[in-house]
Amino acid sequence: MNALVVAGVLIVLLGISYQTGWSKSRNLVTADGVKVHSRPQYHGSFTAIWAMIPALVILLLWAWFGGGITHNYTVSQIPQDILVSLDQAGLNGALIRINALASGYGVAGETAPWEQAAGDAVRSFNFLTFAGTLILAVVAGGAGLFYARSQINARLRARNSVERVVNVLLLACSAVAILTTVGIVASLVTEALRFFTFINPIDFFFGTVWAPNNAGGDNHGSYGLLPLLSGTLMITAIAMIVAVPVGLLSAIYLSQYAPKSFRAVAKPLIEILAGIPTIVFGFFALVTVGPFLRDFGNAIGLQISATSALTAGIVMGIMIIPFVSSLSDDIMNQVPRTLRDGAYGLGATQSETIRNVLLPAALPGIVGAFLLAVSRAIGETMIVVLAAGNAPILRGSPFEPVSTITVSIVNQLTGDTDFTGPQSLVGFALGLTLFVVTLCLNIFALYIVRRFREQYE
Amino acid sequence: MDMLAGKVKKTSLNVDSAMNPTDVLERPIRLTARDVTVHYGAKQALHGISIDIPDRAVTAFIGPSGCGKSTFLRCINRMNDTIEGAKVGGTIKLDGEDIYAPALDVVELRARIGMVFQKPNPFPKSIYDNVAYGPRIHGLARNKADLDEIVVSSLRKAGLFEEVKDRLQEPGTGLSGGQQQRLCIARAIAVGPEVILMDEPCSALDPIATAVIEELIDELRENYTIVIVTHSMQQAARVSQRTAFFHLGNLIEQGPTEDIFTNPVNKQTQDYIMGRIG
Ligand SMILES: Nc1ncnc2c1ncn2[C@@H]1O[C@H](COP(=O)(O)OP(=O)(O)OP(=O)(O)O)[C@@H](O)[C@H]1O
Ligand SMILES: [Mg+2]
Repeated sequence: MNALVVAGVLIVLLGISYQTGWSKSRNLVTADGVKVHSRPQYHGSFTAIWAMIPALVILLLWAWFGGGITHNYTVSQIPQDILVSLDQAGLNGALIRINALASGYGVAGETAPWEQAAGDAVRSFNFLTFAGTLILAVVAGGAGLFYARSQINARLRARNSVERVVNVLLLACSAVAILTTVGIVASLVTEALRFFTFINPIDFFFGTVWAPNNAGGDNHGSYGLLPLLSGTLMITAIAMIVAVPVGLLSAIYLSQYAPKSFRAVAKPLIEILAGIPTIVFGFFALVTVGPFLRDFGNAIGLQISATSALTAGIVMGIMIIPFVSSLSDDIMNQVPRTLRDGAYGLGATQSETIRNVLLPAALPGIVGAFLLAVSRAIGETMIVVLAAGNAPILRGSPFEPVSTITVSIVNQLTGDTDFTGPQSLVGFALGLTLFVVTLCLNIFALYIVRRFREQYE
Repeated sequence: MDMLAGKVKKTSLNVDSAMNPTDVLERPIRLTARDVTVHYGAKQALHGISIDIPDRAVTAFIGPSGCGKSTFLRCINRMNDTIEGAKVGGTIKLDGEDIYAPALDVVELRARIGMVFQKPNPFPKSIYDNVAYGPRIHGLARNKADLDEIVVSSLRKAGLFEEVKDRLQEPGTGLSGGQQQRLCIARAIAVGPEVILMDEPCSALDPIATAVIEELIDELRENYTIVIVTHSMQQAARVSQRTAFFHLGNLIEQGPTEDIFTNPVNKQTQDYIMGRIG
C-alpha cells in the first residue's frame, strides 16, 4: 500500500515535471524564434531529473534511517517497568506484538493495555512519519522542479546535462555489478579464512581424503580437496569431450551447410535444450543414461557403475551443447562474407574455407563460447548430485562414482548450519576454490585469444 | 616522383592500344556468354546477357550502381553458387566448355578464373600465407623453395614485393588499403589463373595506388584474359580494349572501348558516358 502510494506520487511528479519543462521549452521556440540549444524532450528530461533526484534522495534517506528511528520510538513506548523486566528475546517478542497491533493484523492471546496503547501510538507515528517524508519529498521535488524551470532558456545545454546524468546512471549500474562481485568475493575470503583457523590450508588443498565429521565435537574429520577437485575436473572434461565436437560441428553445419529453412527450425530446437531445467537432465541421467551405460559396459566387459563420472559427464555435455553450438553459430555468421568469398574465389572447397578461414577468424569468439560452457559445467550441481554417485574418493577411473565440489557444498550446507565449525565453513573454502578455478580458466582463455590475435591481426 | 611519372606515362599508352580495336577482335574468344539470366529469389537481376570476351585483352563492364555488373562477373566463376537463392540461366563457355555443366569441377574452375573483389579482403594470416594459400590448396608447389618462388614472383607481378619484402611474416590485414588490394591481386595471380575478374579493384584507392594497379593490369594483359568492373569512365578508357555497358540488368551496348566512348550507338550509353544517368 505504502509502496504503491510512493510510486504513484513519484510517477505524478515525473509526469508534471517533464511536462513543465517540455511546455516551457516549446514556448521558447514560438516566442522569439532564436535557435534553441536543446529539443523540448531534453528540457523535459532535465526538469524531471531535477525534480526526481531530491525526492528520491529524501525517500532513500528515510528508507535507510527510518527503520532505526521507528525501532527506537517503539521501544520508548514500552513502559519503563516492563522494559526492565524483558530480556532480549522477550523484547523482540514484545516489539513484534506491538508492530502487529499497529499494522492492524491483531495478535494471538490477550493484549495487555500497555501493548494496545503502544500499538496505537506506533500506528499514528508510522502514519505521521510516512506522510511527513512523502510531503518532504514532494516539496523537495517541487523545489527542484521550479529551480530547473527557472533555468530553462534558449542557451541552456539541457541535452548535455541529460547526457551526463545518463552517464552517471550507466556508471552506477555497472558499479552495482562490480561491487556485488567484490562483496561476494570478500565474504568468501573472510569466511574461508575462518575455516582455515580450524583446518590447515595444506591439509585442505593437498589432502586426499574427504571425510568431514558432521557430528561435531573436537574431531573435525579430514577435509582433503583433491578428491572433489579431481571429480569436478573429470566430469567437466568428459562434458567438454561430448559438447565441444558435437556443438562445434553442429554450429558449422547450421551456419555453413544447412538450408535457411532447416536452420530456422533447428536453431530454436537446440536452444530449447538450454532451457530444460538441470534437475530434469539429472533425472534423465539417473534413469536412462546410467543404466544404459552399465548394461553397455557389461556387454563389452567393462565395469561401469550406473552412477559415475561418465554418466554425469555425458549428460552434462548434452546439457551444454547449446551453449557451444548456438554461440559459435552466431559468431561464425558474423565472419564477413567477403572473407569467405576470398577463399572460394581462389578455388578452395567449402570445408577448406571453413578450416582455413572461417574457424581461425571466429576463434576468439569460439573460445569464449567454450569457456562459458566450461564455467557452466564446473558450477553445475543438480546433475552431479543425482548421477555422479556422491562418492568423494580420489580415483582415476571415470567408470566409478565420484563427487564434486558443488555437491559437497550442498552436503555441508543443508540441514542445521551455524557457521561456527569447519563442517559448514568449509562451504566457503570450497566456493572460493571453485571461483579461483573458473577465474584461472578465464585468464587462460583470454591468453589464448590474445596470442591468436597477435598472430593474425 | 620519377617512378610515378613513368607509371602515368605507361598508362596513357593504353589509350593508344585501345585505338587499335581490330587487334583485339581478331584475338581468339576465351569466354562466351549467351542469354545469361540471374534471379535472386523472385527478383530478376540479369535479363539475358550475351557477350564474347577475347583472350589477352581487358574487357571493362560499366554501368550505374545496381545494374548487375557484379552479378554477371560472379556468374563467370560461379561465385553465385555461394549465394542462397541465386539462380543462373543461359550458358557460359570457357574455351568452348560449358562452365555450368553438371560434371564440371567448380573448385577447379575457380582456380582457372581468379577473382579480385571490390573491397580488399586479405585473410587474417601473414602476407606470405595469404599469397601461398592458393598454391598450397592446389598443390602447385613441390617444396618450400618452389612455394617461396611463387609467392615472390606473384608479389612482384602485383607490384607489392619491394614494399613488403622485409615483413612477409607480418599480418596482411596490417597493410594499407591499396597494399591490401595488391596483395589480393597477388593472391589471385599465385594460383596461375587464365582469366582474372576484377570487381572495382580501385574503388578504395587513392590516385597513386590506382595508377599502380592500372599499370599492373596493363602488364597482366600480356598473359591473361581480364575482365574489370569500374565506375570510372577514365579508368575504363585507360585500361580496357573492349567495353560493355549494363543498365538495369540488360547489356545495352558493347564494342571496342574507343567506339563506346567516342561514338556510342545507344542513347542510354551516351547519357551514361556524359554523366546523365547513374
Ligand atoms: N545477394 C543478393 N541478393 C539479392 N539481390 C541481390 C544480391 N546481390 C545483388 N542483388 C541485386 O541484384 C542487382 C544487381 O546487383 P549488382 O551487385 O550486380 O550491381 P552492380 O552493378 O555490381 O552495382 P554496383 O556498381 O553498385 O556494385 C541489384 O538490384 C541488387 O539489389
Ligand atoms: Mg558491384
